[in-house]
Amino acid sequence: MSRIDRRTLLGATAGATALSAWPGRRARAQAANTIKIGVMNDQSGPYRDIGGPNGVTMAQIAAQEFGNSRGFNVEVVGADHQNRPDVGVNIARQWYDQGVDMILDVPTSSVGLAVNSVAREKNKVYINVGAATADLTGPQCSPNTAHWVYDTYMLAKSTGGAMVRAGGDSWFFITADYAFGHALERDTSNFVRASGGRVAGSVRYPFPATTDFSSFLLQAQASRAKVIGFANAGADTVNSIKQAAEFGITRRGTKLAALLMFIADVHALGLETAQGLVMTESFYWDLNDSMRNFSRRVQPRLANRAMPNMLTAGNYSATLHYLKAVADIGIAAAKGPGVEVMNRMKAIPVEDEAFGRGSLRQDGRMMIPSYLFEVKAPSESRGPWDYLKLLQTTAADEAFRPLGEGGCPFVRT
Amino acid sequence: MDDIFGIPAPLLFGQLLLGLINGAFYALLSLGLAVIFGMLNVINFAHGAQFMMGAFVAWMLLEYAGLNYWWALILAPLLVGLFGVLLERTMIARLYKLDHLYGLLLTFGLGLIIEGIFRNQYGSSGLPYRIPPQLSGAWDLGFMFMPIYRGWVVIVAAVMCLATWLVIEKTKIGSYLRASTENAALVQAFGINVPRLMTLTYGAGVALAAFAGVLAAPIYSVNPQMGSNLIIIVFAVVVIGGMGSILGSVITGFGLGIIEGLTKVFYPEASSTVIFVVMAIVLLARPAGLFGRA
Repeated sequence: MSRIDRRTLLGATAGATALSAWPGRRARAQAANTIKIGVMNDQSGPYRDIGGPNGVTMAQIAAQEFGNSRGFNVEVVGADHQNRPDVGVNIARQWYDQGVDMILDVPTSSVGLAVNSVAREKNKVYINVGAATADLTGPQCSPNTAHWVYDTYMLAKSTGGAMVRAGGDSWFFITADYAFGHALERDTSNFVRASGGRVAGSVRYPFPATTDFSSFLLQAQASRAKVIGFANAGADTVNSIKQAAEFGITRRGTKLAALLMFIADVHALGLETAQGLVMTESFYWDLNDSMRNFSRRVQPRLANRAMPNMLTAGNYSATLHYLKAVADIGIAAAKGPGVEVMNRMKAIPVEDEAFGRGSLRQDGRMMIPSYLFEVKAPSESRGPWDYLKLLQTTAADEAFRPLGEGGCPFVRT
Repeated sequence: MDDIFGIPAPLLFGQLLLGLINGAFYALLSLGLAVIFGMLNVINFAHGAQFMMGAFVAWMLLEYAGLNYWWALILAPLLVGLFGVLLERTMIARLYKLDHLYGLLLTFGLGLIIEGIFRNQYGSSGLPYRIPPQLSGAWDLGFMFMPIYRGWVVIVAAVMCLATWLVIEKTKIGSYLRASTENAALVQAFGINVPRLMTLTYGAGVALAAFAGVLAAPIYSVNPQMGSNLIIIVFAVVVIGGMGSILGSVITGFGLGIIEGLTKVFYPEASSTVIFVVMAIVLLARPAGLFGRA
């Protein structure tokens, strides 16, 4: 083994000190004038395509469009939480301690809820876009947290309500066994019961280790429920629907309700299998001129030339709104308590090209309309990504759970 | 209607059958692993990625070359097997004399890289692949609706397992193989090219994984992480059956499929854990596995 002599060691140490000190001082001077946004999501697992690297890109686009000319710089960083709450919490702590001012996205409800408590403890800003659980603005609400484009209540009301109105009054749930699946099953069951329907049963399967759903589908069929509700997402939903078609579930008259589905899932299933399914989103690239212009503008910058979906568009919208609030109160105040920034975000109206006008409610809920879509038949589609047709719009104040019913402790009604 | 443990009998029969079908995948995948471990002493952690590659190659053949499922069933294992041969020649062959751990680390890394490349190229949500028209539709068995394609999977998997077992246990080339795992130097002294035999064995094991991938493409979402979801279970199957035991991995594959299927009825939350519980019990009672030689 070679020995390191004193001279080399000294030289190396001096060099390293010089190298590290110089950019270090510059970085510190810059940090006071830079707003740092951390986009945390699934970059390598089943939820990668609905957010992932494209979610980071969309936040970057918003930061660039907002411009660095407002007296401060904006830097966007990304990280992979691997759908694990422990990993998510570690990244969040590290980020907030190292000067990240706002954490964005955080899909997978279990991770989304875990990061929620870190943001509150550190008194920083947290905008959740990707997680579904309505608890983020309910029992677990926080004055530091906003929940941006959707939640389980909105999905349950729109998709669940439509299925019940169409005669599907008995339900069986196939549920991913974690916070998200439980919340979605609970909220949908409430709607089914409130409209006079009944829940015939449910199975909870291990997430994310399940690929074969045929066993659960047969149990659902044996219950003779009219609707099978999938309280899951991503590849699980794709597998469930694919296998339901294989086992001829729909041919016997049972209806499928994919309670959370994204356009990427339709892309993965193919229209042949997905046609006729109903789904709820708050964004669709081809819904109106504004969304079309926005989507065509950003699409060339997204990986695999995917169309933006409600989550990636949500990252854009949330970043823009946050930066508006920062510009409003000034960089020094924005580096201070997160609650102050959040209060300003609630005071000013939300407006952008992707979602139009909206508002941020007291409990952190972003209020925008929800849209019920039906997946087109192959003959109706003009090409890739032309997948959905609008069935119904629910106005912003109808789409989400009323403020008083959420059980959010700090809300005064 | 007759109930068994509070579950209607027809439902239970259906679940048993489904368990058998999933067991077919476990058997086919663990077979490849057992062949590779038994002959090469390499724990092939890239098996899941190679399974995924089989499904993706099937999709590519259809998408870019217009070749249907039946072509894919032959071509995809050949292509992916060839890729396996390349890996063996350039990398894995250098590790035979070292501890198992090195082979495990190398193949694990390779698996992650392959998965990452596919994820970057095709995203994570998957690609559509349809059941071939000749096998679509279903039989009504009275107690359940049995898709023809699933029946096909069980039959093909069983035939494949039997064929592999016959080749290794009953043919001349199989006897060379078994001999060279016992004493490679001696077999080489008889004029048999042992390194080439090893290369072909690895290629064949990988081809088996790819074959299972093609079988899986029409029923599971074809996505980059489809292999990593299965591979952990398959490793448990191999360990329970006894590392390197071909018959053991086949029987255990089908058996555990059934156990898992029943768990999905009685306590679905535990369906991903039950196999590991079985593994723990088996290892305590028989450390070499059910069919392994201590």
